[in-house]
Amino acid sequence: MKRNINFSSKFKIANIISLFCFVISVLFILFKGLNYGIDFKGGTLIELRADSKNVNISEIRSSLNSLNLGDVNVKEFGKEGDYLIKIEQKTENNNELIPNIKKNLTEKLNAEVNFRRVENVGPKVSSELLQSGIIAITLSLAAMLFYIWIRFEWQFSLGSIIAIFHDVTITVGIFSILSLEVNLSIIAAVLTIVGYSMNDTVVIYDRIRENLGKYTRLKISETADLSINETLSRTIITSVTTLLALVSIFVLGGEILKGFSFAMILGVIIGTYSSIFVAAPVLKFFKVNYKTLEKEEEKIVP
Amino acid sequence: MLNFSKINVAIIYFLFLFIAFFSALNFQNTKDPLIDKKVNLGLDLQGGSYLLLEINSDPLVKEKIQSKVITLKKLLKENKLDYSNFIIGETSLSFTLNNPDKFELLFFSKKDNLLNPYINNYNSHELDLEITDQNIKIFFSKFGLLTINNSALKQSIEIVRRRIDDVGTKEPTILQRGEKRILVELPGLKDPERIKKLLGKTAQLNFRLVSDNDEFGVDKLISENGENLNISKRIIMSGENLIDAQPNFNSQSNEPTVSFTLDRLGAQKFGRATTDNVGKRLAIVLDGKIISAPSINEPITGGSGIISGNFSFQEATDLSLLLRSGALPTPLNVVEERTVGPDLGEDSIKSGITSLIVGFILVILFMLYKYKIFGLIANITLIANLVMLVGVLTILEATLTLPGIAGIILTVGMAVDANVLIFERIKEELKTEKSIVHAFHIGYSKAKITVLDANITTLIAAVILFAFGSGPVKGFAITLGIGILTTLFSAYFLARHLTSVIVLNKKEGQVNL
Repeated sequence: MKRNINFSSKFKIANIISLFCFVISVLFILFKGLNYGIDFKGGTLIELRADSKNVNISEIRSSLNSLNLGDVNVKEFGKEGDYLIKIEQKTENNNELIPNIKKNLTEKLNAEVNFRRVENVGPKVSSELLQSGIIAITLSLAAMLFYIWIRFEWQFSLGSIIAIFHDVTITVGIFSILSLEVNLSIIAAVLTIVGYSMNDTVVIYDRIRENLGKYTRLKISETADLSINETLSRTIITSVTTLLALVSIFVLGGEILKGFSFAMILGVIIGTYSSIFVAAPVLKFFKVNYKTLEKEEEKIVP
Repeated sequence: MLNFSKINVAIIYFLFLFIAFFSALNFQNTKDPLIDKKVNLGLDLQGGSYLLLEINSDPLVKEKIQSKVITLKKLLKENKLDYSNFIIGETSLSFTLNNPDKFELLFFSKKDNLLNPYINNYNSHELDLEITDQNIKIFFSKFGLLTINNSALKQSIEIVRRRIDDVGTKEPTILQRGEKRILVELPGLKDPERIKKLLGKTAQLNFRLVSDNDEFGVDKLISENGENLNISKRIIMSGENLIDAQPNFNSQSNEPTVSFTLDRLGAQKFGRATTDNVGKRLAIVLDGKIISAPSINEPITGGSGIISGNFSFQEATDLSLLLRSGALPTPLNVVEERTVGPDLGEDSIKSGITSLIVGFILVILFMLYKYKIFGLIANITLIANLVMLVGVLTILEATLTLPGIAGIILTVGMAVDANVLIFERIKEELKTEKSIVHAFHIGYSKAKITVLDANITTLIAAVILFAFGSGPVKGFAITLGIGILTTLFSAYFLARHLTSVIVLNKKEGQVNL
């Protein structure tokens, strides 16, 4: 198999698409905002299973509304008879809340209800969790930047950081557009995406750098093309195996891992795209050539 | 890169077998302490409760500042300082004085200072003061507050531990988190509401007389029967003097009751008070609520008594548990709770394992299809990788959570990357290089840096996630991070050795990637 796809001729159109998606994502995040789960907003989450199939969702709603809990959200969750209740809660934890709800539901629904999962996060803790999530993401970006800065020339660091920003912003943007819930596991997914996207970019950059030294007469766009083609089958195979694993979690891993695996699937696809169509064009923009590498070496060796 | 000395090969496989041995330990049931190691299941997989409790030291500060009033007034009187406008605030005491300087000297004296003891640990006084003109305001210093907070937290942890141990849950974890919080993990707990109820009560028990008039010094409380009673503020005896409490039944009415035993001091106090006040009513007050207010029929001098108060047996059991464990110095709030029922945990394990197996099989088939014989090597490496990952988790006795299982699956997907990078590189080298052995050699050396680079970036993300994540997410960071290390080992040592065996044993032209 010999591939010789002319990627660089599509850089321009790809960049326009990327920029468009990026701007749309930023606008959505800024104006529509994110659908924070109770981890970051505070509140109570109850996953319940009713043993009677006759229970319907409106009965649960009306039963909860009679308790005057404020903003209550009930939806079906996974199997039949499983429901997820979310209660927004403005004050710190009320110890009587859960037993009250249980009593009320058991009486009104006339069925045995089993609380399979209860999560309750007070407003103070939720704001701390959000804060530490943001710190973690910022710190990981900084650490990546630092690593790449030591390993590569500044044009490369900038390119990889732009690629990561692109991936994270668009992934989060899609969560905003689709109103998907953002919770602690999404932070974990975003951090993993940062790592994965970096991983993909580094592999291509390593090759570009090697080829810059090897074929000094080629233009950067030609070198980029060559390097992307050379690493293309690796890029595809790794993305495919990772996606196979992730799709398996998404389909079979149960409701709790759905959001996480969906974010990861988005991230892997966008990350693969960006290492080819975002990270490489940045080098072209800065007119990187073999001299860039030499200059750096002169600097390091006094 | 394809030449291995015998010692190297021995070390590589010994290390692999050593780690693999630990992963096998998860499938046996010995109680031998040497090899009784297993991966712990997180609360989200085995079911249980995670509670984050926060102490609120404000009421305590109020109480402590008020307890300074008598000492302060005494000090002022002894030194003939005439004060006026004495105000007792929530966190401070203030008054007006003609010569504040003299008071300041007394206030900060380091010797035998009853009012304001010097805390040696912090090189600071317990109290601080603020003088504006002739107005003096006294409040706790930063370190005074810290001391109050720390001792309240330590005491709370002790009492939380006693209460939880008394309920008898298996292997609870009780830890301090920060300056104000206590983390409680209760695996396999069936009724988290009961524990929450028990921890939510300070359980400050007082015996106080019921007063006839509503003059100064009484609290107006409502009794268990709905009577409005005036309860004297003077405490005859408090829960501190209790040495035991047990649920019991009243021999006549067969109602559940709580019988208690007092220590010597408590028995004396109680005996004296009941002797002096025969005929009056005695209120038993728990956390500001009257449990019951029986009449004193005769002096109780035996140092034991019975509390009745329309309890169910469960309530009597819980009350005696609370009284035995002692009072919390200050109320505890549950600021975060995560409870997973055991059946959901089981479902999560099932779906986690299913998706792991399916993901694993998909990746294996894909690699076989792509790389044939070398795909087989990659797959053997992948299995070895998984075995080692579980082995390391076992050695560390790490906690496996549902996101942790996701981390393992993700490792499976990403682990082949190292081998793919190497194989692809070798393929390229094969185009120009005549000698196959040489092509493999160059392929491995050139891919080495890229493989390291690529994995270090993911490792950075995992480490940061471990540092900042909590609970289940931390479990993900652990498996992802360890997965990267085992991946590097298996790709660079195991796979390379297996490859070398095949390449060196085949004749030129027979190797096909």
